[in-house]
Amino acid sequence: MYSQKVMECFMNPQNVGEIENADGVGTVGNPKCGDIMKIYLQIEDNIIRDAKFKTFGCGAAIATSAMLTQMIKGKSIEEAMKVTNKAVADALDGLPPVKMHCSCLAEEALKAALWNYAERNGITIEGLTPPANHHEEDHAAAAEEN
Amino acid sequence: MIYLDHAATTPVKPEVLEAMLPYFTEHYGNPSSVYKIAQRNKKAIDDARAVVAGHLGAQPNEIFFTSGGTEADNWAIKGIAAALKEKGNHVITTNIEHHAVLHPCQYLEKQGYEVTYLEVNADGLVSAEQVEAAIRPETILITIMYANNEIGTIMPIAEIGAVAKKHGITFHTDAVQAVGQLPIDVRAQNIDLLSLSGHKFYGPKGTGALYIRRGLKLPPLLHGGGQERSRRAGTENVPGIVGLATALDLAYQDLEAKNAKLKALRDYLIDGIEARIPYCRLNGHREARLPNNVNVSFEFIEGESLLLLLDMEGIAASSGSACTSGSLDPSHVLLALGLPYEQAHGSIRFTLGENNTREEMDVVLAKLPPFVEKLRSMSPLYEDFVRQNS
Ligand SMILES: Cc1ncc(COP(=O)(O)O)c(C=O)c1O
Ligand SMILES: [Zn+2]
Repeated sequence: MYSQKVMECFMNPQNVGEIENADGVGTVGNPKCGDIMKIYLQIEDNIIRDAKFKTFGCGAAIATSAMLTQMIKGKSIEEAMKVTNKAVADALDGLPPVKMHCSCLAEEALKAALWNYAERNGITIEGLTPPANHHEEDHAAAAEEN
Repeated sequence: MIYLDHAATTPVKPEVLEAMLPYFTEHYGNPSSVYKIAQRNKKAIDDARAVVAGHLGAQPNEIFFTSGGTEADNWAIKGIAAALKEKGNHVITTNIEHHAVLHPCQYLEKQGYEVTYLEVNADGLVSAEQVEAAIRPETILITIMYANNEIGTIMPIAEIGAVAKKHGITFHTDAVQAVGQLPIDVRAQNIDLLSLSGHKFYGPKGTGALYIRRGLKLPPLLHGGGQERSRRAGTENVPGIVGLATALDLAYQDLEAKNAKLKALRDYLIDGIEARIPYCRLNGHREARLPNNVNVSFEFIEGESLLLLLDMEGIAASSGSACTSGSLDPSHVLLALGLPYEQAHGSIRFTLGENNTREEMDVVLAKLPPFVEKLRSMSPLYEDFVRQNS
């Protein structure tokens, strides 16, 4: 079902954990749909110095969290803003179609953490909108299809 | 590999395969033809029918072969609804049925029927009293599963049968998980219709049967030739039918001894998990459950990720998490028990089989705790829990 890359990322995930006194923290997802992702950022001079995650979720959710944190480390906020869930999925050599839902969370969690950072510091990040939990709606839409 | 997913399907036993093979090649005749090689096939089907009937306490002419459990369920439910639509439009079932029963019931609702989905208690059981209380003048069918496929709970079928008989209502049971594992007597239990499936008891996939009590008016499922007494037309799946009957015979051989062994293994696994892993719960009643079923929720983690870790070690199990099924909702059965969503997502089902050993359970019990630990160390839910309790 999963690519080898996904399995590698899932079996030996990088950046699991918490950052004490993080500069930005974002949590997305909810227990209802089975994936919850929390991302911690340490940001200095506009650069993401460190990123860590905690995820309750399936193999895809854990692998995308790990991959996302790897991809954004060392990037500027502007560069990190350009990391999409598709880029994360591509870096994992793709995800099964039913799992795209889980991968969306990674991008959302990053945006939520950046929003938290912006709010704390009273700054605006171009293109960043407040995190909305779209999950409930996704849920209803997917249930329709079954 | 340690295969612990026997409720999903079972391997065909070598004896079963051997019994089937000649019917693909030498004995290829059409059972409806008159010449000798064909007549032998007709006899093979008759013999198989008698075997199946014997194990259910039924008569051979009450057994109709189908393509599996789903077909038998659909036939029974939609057939009775159509046959009795002048009499009433109300069906009683439970909220933990397999989709092969739930979806036909939902289909009936779209056609204007009314369906009562009885709610199971926290142990995953319904009572005959609940059934009786739901009966209305327009009730035409009670369809309640014999044993649940996810949590293994065994319903009080004889009591429900007695209620159905007292009120003159047709009673169907989806016995797909029970046949081959539990002794069944359709007469004593007042069952009018019963579905079974070959691949759950070491028979071939795509084979099954519906028991239809003699005299019950159930419209034909497939119109065509005269096969299955014109009620399920189409040239018979002779190797499949032979395989199903052979497997059923073997399943009921030494049943008590096999079940005693399975129960001991089951309880060993349950006790071992509970002793080694904190924050877990057994789903479904501890005693009124199939001898081979273990279903446990591990708090703070999600089922699919645990399944993947087990799979890497060659342990095959299944999960009620949404992410395994491709839908976003976790199992309706676990939610029906009143489990919160995160616990429903964090459940694992181990279903044992005749060939599993204590050594295999020891392997599972050794691997499971570090895997659960690993996933909990990644879980934001566990992080919150630890923080709140420190
Ligand atoms: C309780 C129950 N009913 C029905 C079915 C469907 O049986 P089949 O796969 O033979 O169509 C299953 C199998 O998954 C089952 O467990
Ligand atoms: Zn997921």
